[in-house]
Amino acid sequence: MFPKWFDKWNADNPTNIFGPAIAVGVVGSAIFAAALIVTWGNPYQTESMQTGPRGTGMSVPEYNVARTAADPTIEAYYTEEPYIPEGAEELAKDVYENVQVLGELTDDNFNRVMLAITQWVAPEEGCAYCHGDVDISEYASDELYTKVVSRRMIQMTQNINENWDGHVNAVAEVGVNCYTCHRGQNVPSDIWFNVTPVNENASGWAAVQNRATSMSSSTSLPSSALEVYLTDYDSLVNVHDLDSRVAGVPGIDEEIATIQKTEMTFSLMNYFANSLGVNCVFCHNSRAFYDAAQYTPQWGIAQMGRQMVIEMNQEYLIPLEDQYPPERLGPIFADAPKAACRTCHKGYQRPMQGLNVTDDWPELVSSEAPVYE
Amino acid sequence: MSIEYQNIFTQVQVQGKPEWGMDDSGEMLAERIGTPWFSTLAGFIGNAQIGPLYLGWTGMVSLATGLIWFVMVGISMLSQVGYSIPEFIRQLFWLALEPPSPEYGLSMPPLDEGGWYIIASFFLLVSVLTWLLRSYLLAAEHKMGKHVFWAFASAVWLFLVLGLFRPVLMGSWSEAVPYGIFPHLDWTTAFSIRYGNLYYNPFHCLSIVFLYGSVLLFCMHGGTILAVTRYGGDRELEQIYDRGTATERAALFWRWTMGFNATMEGIHRWAWWFAVLTPITGGIGILLTGTVVDNWFIWAQEHNFAPMYDGAYGYEDYGSYEAFIGKEN
Repeated sequence: MFPKWFDKWNADNPTNIFGPAIAVGVVGSAIFAAALIVTWGNPYQTESMQTGPRGTGMSVPEYNVARTAADPTIEAYYTEEPYIPEGAEELAKDVYENVQVLGELTDDNFNRVMLAITQWVAPEEGCAYCHGDVDISEYASDELYTKVVSRRMIQMTQNINENWDGHVNAVAEVGVNCYTCHRGQNVPSDIWFNVTPVNENASGWAAVQNRATSMSSSTSLPSSALEVYLTDYDSLVNVHDLDSRVAGVPGIDEEIATIQKTEMTFSLMNYFANSLGVNCVFCHNSRAFYDAAQYTPQWGIAQMGRQMVIEMNQEYLIPLEDQYPPERLGPIFADAPKAACRTCHKGYQRPMQGLNVTDDWPELVSSEAPVYE
Repeated sequence: MSIEYQNIFTQVQVQGKPEWGMDDSGEMLAERIGTPWFSTLAGFIGNAQIGPLYLGWTGMVSLATGLIWFVMVGISMLSQVGYSIPEFIRQLFWLALEPPSPEYGLSMPPLDEGGWYIIASFFLLVSVLTWLLRSYLLAAEHKMGKHVFWAFASAVWLFLVLGLFRPVLMGSWSEAVPYGIFPHLDWTTAFSIRYGNLYYNPFHCLSIVFLYGSVLLFCMHGGTILAVTRYGGDRELEQIYDRGTATERAALFWRWTMGFNATMEGIHRWAWWFAVLTPITGGIGILLTGTVVDNWFIWAQEHNFAPMYDGAYGYEDYGSYEAFIGKEN
């Protein structure tokens, strides 16, 4: 195919072109790749956060750098400063009928909070989502389940801000309001329902694990970790022996933790980590998970978070079971929707990346009459 | 460029009349099954001839019981997904036949709560042990040393520790390893976490040393022999008795590189011992866990080889939470 003189020249001048060709190819490719990275940026860019002393390998690498950018739901967050009462205003409980919570608010502030709740929870449906498509004079009715549930949720929010300071205000005054979970949706994302047993023709431990479910974060670990550890006040997560030798038979002697219980704990911890977009060493030094001397401060915050969630589920969410219509209940056991870490955190270390959501809303930080400053 | 020495596949394949093996007594062929045939693909990585296979009573028992174990595990998994084939395929790596729940100790649990596991494990035990016996009997029949038997026995030791010796010493079958792809990995992680970090178990350390050492030796040996194949180095047995230039060059290479070289014979002893010691030491480490030591990190602190690091775990040492998470300064 080539002209004769070309073939002849090649035949007369035999040269090993593989060596130079490989060298040129390797160097050229390296330069090309380097140029791409310099001009377009590193596609696998990571950021990492040191979480423990140097030399311990404690760091949380952030592969999804997009998550360090602003949480997109923050932009849609609605807030409005309170109207400072001058002392003569009528209170909501006197103006309206059947105001069981928020009754101590002035009329203006009451309507301000109602409007905000609408923006946070039912921006499309508006007031009718809870009050029904009726005349404003009939807003006192408790006929719709959404209103009954909202009232309880307001109390839950107040309780969290009032009594769980150690979790929600641990690193800064942040607090929670409806938007922390709802983010503009009627039903918050990342709620959970009971799913175990997940296996047929099996009982005991064999029945609650080894299935990729949302409750096991798609691992083969037990799917029952949230059901036990986030609803039962008496549940203990710890599995370690605190002496180098502790005699006993696992499962027979109660204080000797089993492999199965360890997998349950692992499942819960995995859920924690996924919910916050972190890893084990955000709270623990992984070489000695149990060792209090090697915890980071987050460990205590998370510990308190677990207790808080148990209370939320036991005192507020589970008792509402009878209020909900069937479509709001769990798909398998028709149980009430429940909350856990991810319901607020949504994969971020701090919900809405540490945005203070109580500053403008003193009405939601206490079950007492609000204090405006 | 002599590319033929730098290929990852075998460069010489022999295909012709199949080799049937000896038949001194005239009756031995009866124990060999299958008509031998040639596979070019197999020839790329080994001998192109496939079969015949010596079955014998050990082979029959081992394959039959192994198959029973395999099917019991598979049917158990299938029943757990309600006999749905698509779900079985979808969840295959997640599913398992689990050991009994802990409350049953060493007693026989109900079938659906670990009973099937006990029965299946019995068949697996028979299968593995008859295969071990087979490796001994066949070596004896060939008038060979029993090196392969002992090597396999070291792996069987680890297997027995995990599934028999340790559960018995612990007093509970629930300590055994589940039969499942991901679930047995969950077990492994949970085992290390439960007992305070297996990395501080010195026998685990030894096992890792021998495992990684095996890999290193394997690659050094394979690389060396391939590198002197052009001088006949791949005829290793001949080189042991009658050292040629291949051996000399390989020896010189290592002696000049690191001052010491193995011999054509010695390198195989190095490799064998490293490989065999991996499961032996590992098995000792597993057997001690939960029976003698329950928290390896604390044990390591008591024996002064888990140092404490001086350093900050708290925000106060970083100034603020923002500084701690790297959002400041």
